[in-house]
Amino acid sequence: MLAYILRRMLYAIPILIGVNLITFGLFFVVNTPDDMARMQLGAKRVTPDAIEKWKAERGYDRPLLWNSTAAGAARFTRTIFFEKSARLFAFDFGNADDGRSIGHEIRTRMWASLALAIPAFLVGLAVYVSFALAFAFFRATYLDFWGVVLCVAMMSISTLFYIIGGQYLVSKLWSLVPISGFQPGPDAVKFLLLPVVIALVGGFGEGVRLYRTFFLEEMSKDYVRTARAKGLAETSVLFGHVLKNGSIPILTGVVAAIPKLFLGSLLAESFFGIPGLGSYTIDAIQAQDFAVVRSMVFLGSALTILGYLLADISYTFVDPRVRFN
Amino acid sequence: MPVGLPTDYAVWLLVAAAAGYAMYVRRQPHLAAPWRRVAQSTAGMSALVVLVAFVVAGLLDSVHFRPTLEGRDQQGRPVYGVEVLSLLDVLVMPLKTRTERTYSAPFATRAYARETTELPSGGVVREFPRLRYGGAHLADEADHIRDVAVRTLQGIALGFAGWWLAVWLATAALARRHGVSVGAMWNAVQHRRTEIPWRAVYLTVLALTLIAVPVALLATRYHVLGTDKVGQDVLYLSLKSIRTGLVIGTLTTLVMLPLAILLGIMAGYFRGWIDDLIQYVYTTINSIPGVLLIAAAVLMMQVQIDKNPDIFPTSAQRADFRLLLLCVILGLTTWTGLARLLRGETLKLSELEYIQAAHAFGVRHARVITRHLLPNVMHIVLITLVMDFSGLVLAEAVLSYVGVGVDPSTNSFGTMINAARLEMAREPMVWWTLAAAFAFMFVLVLAANLFADAVRDGFDPRVLVSTRAAGAAA
Repeated sequence: MLAYILRRMLYAIPILIGVNLITFGLFFVVNTPDDMARMQLGAKRVTPDAIEKWKAERGYDRPLLWNSTAAGAARFTRTIFFEKSARLFAFDFGNADDGRSIGHEIRTRMWASLALAIPAFLVGLAVYVSFALAFAFFRATYLDFWGVVLCVAMMSISTLFYIIGGQYLVSKLWSLVPISGFQPGPDAVKFLLLPVVIALVGGFGEGVRLYRTFFLEEMSKDYVRTARAKGLAETSVLFGHVLKNGSIPILTGVVAAIPKLFLGSLLAESFFGIPGLGSYTIDAIQAQDFAVVRSMVFLGSALTILGYLLADISYTFVDPRVRFN
Repeated sequence: MPVGLPTDYAVWLLVAAAAGYAMYVRRQPHLAAPWRRVAQSTAGMSALVVLVAFVVAGLLDSVHFRPTLEGRDQQGRPVYGVEVLSLLDVLVMPLKTRTERTYSAPFATRAYARETTELPSGGVVREFPRLRYGGAHLADEADHIRDVAVRTLQGIALGFAGWWLAVWLATAALARRHGVSVGAMWNAVQHRRTEIPWRAVYLTVLALTLIAVPVALLATRYHVLGTDKVGQDVLYLSLKSIRTGLVIGTLTTLVMLPLAILLGIMAGYFRGWIDDLIQYVYTTINSIPGVLLIAAAVLMMQVQIDKNPDIFPTSAQRADFRLLLLCVILGLTTWTGLARLLRGETLKLSELEYIQAAHAFGVRHARVITRHLLPNVMHIVLITLVMDFSGLVLAEAVLSYVGVGVDPSTNSFGTMINAARLEMAREPMVWWTLAAAFAFMFVLVLAANLFADAVRDGFDPRVLVSTRAAGAAA
């Protein structure tokens, strides 16, 4: 098993390299530093001097891949590829276009993201699994039918409406919690309550329906029929067998999502003014700060890959069939 | 002068492909069978009726032209307007042209905010000015509510009569086809004894007409859904947004299909290093968080469009090109899911005897793939296609909010919601843009979801097996 985990970890390296090459291609080849400078400096009548100055300040004035003016190893290292792209491997993100250190921003903003993402994730998981189990238990009854109808209807509403509607109702009309903002420490609760509830409601339809399918699929298997045939009560079939085995696909999905919690939620954070990584990314996209977007793409991919890796490893623990193959 | 926007061509190409597929399926009983199962689904058929209504609006909005203006130029050629119009614009021209100065509530006769107006006698008064068009036909504003009620009732009566006629004709046609009397057919429909749930279809059509006809009648005199900041009718904006949603939902799949099918099947069929390579490519793309990859690609695209502003003669064409590129980007980032499914299925199928037999007979790879593999994975393609649609419509709204969606000048649900966000903060609140976007999007996405479920149930052999097993167990 150790060999398997090791092999999976090694496999992550070429994928990270691939991600790096894609971002490099998108951000520096399709779109040259000159374009970037022109865009940031705004007007169409920018002087070439201004562009050169902007590039020099941010270190974009080097050649892309091969620096023929330098000597020795510097031919590789004093290039945009090495300084801007390859350094990402060391999680050295450099500076944003406004000069601030991206790494520092990520380290400070991460906590706000986690403060929102972890409760939303845990509460969501508990609620969705409970409802899915209930619907599966009452399958082919009116409860199940209308439950699924509710899920489909809730899936058909854009998250934007949940956020805008929730903010209007709870914050503006009933004045229960502040509309937006954030404070570290215990005061954060009142700012986080509404975003967590909205995340819960927004993901309800999709989550419950997906988990219900997992449970129903498990319930149609032969071993469940055997369990019933030997006279087990439906509740012990459900909790003793179906919940356990149905949790395997849920677990893999859940474990894969854990590292991404760091990234936060793009929409919720920007609507609720939570200074996390999600709102950082949105602000960067809107300000067209490519250095930040590039860093977030790389960080997000690295976390996703880590998630897949963890999911695979957790799979070997819960499903012995994988372990012994 | 007809104007071919890039997405127009793509849309009509898609329509032609769908028609061709339908003709082909009709002649192949084994392909028609799953569709027959779809047609038996009550929810699926009701959803289809709603979808057809949306698609008709979208297609009408996909025939563009520049109107001929009065007079001729020096060479005697006709002069064309700068503005690009669509057939839908022509149909709802009053909605498009009758713009107010700024916000007005649904059915309002007066503006939403006070304005300072000068009296003819010289004084100045702050009042809610009468709208230029909304309720302008009323001599006495006190008649306002009565007028709206009368028009609504007229619309309902008219809609009901039209529906009745259409239903009678449809039932008569059905009766002819089945060789029974109209009365017997009517009974069968009413008591849900028909194979296709016609009663549900009739009722959905009734619901649609009872909404559409009164709204159409009222829309000639009022702004049924109010007006936005620059006084445009929100109903018009909503109707125009339909096309954007449909284009994104369908063209994206059109872009991703060739990639996903080709690479997915190749990976599963050839295995070895080809499989490794293709798997590597899609795992890499898959590990970049979707929104970020799309955002990065769209930002790059924007730079390129800004750099070459002269290649498009009209702004409509530039906005449309951006829409097309957005579809391409979405397609390039979302093909991985389908490719993985197809690879798995192809791996399974390649082990089966009939493929082995084909190899033994020396059939070429290309022929094995097109003849023996492709038809047997098509159900997965179809299911993915319809399942993805609603997600893409929702994604458009989010992307437009993030600022990497459609061009701000393109009407879309995303741009409407974006505008609504600021309006919600106004005092008094402007709620109708958001409500309109919500209603249209909800109905469209719900219908798409329900239809997708019906298609999945009809096509997925696993569902058939499990329902049969459940039936046997019961």
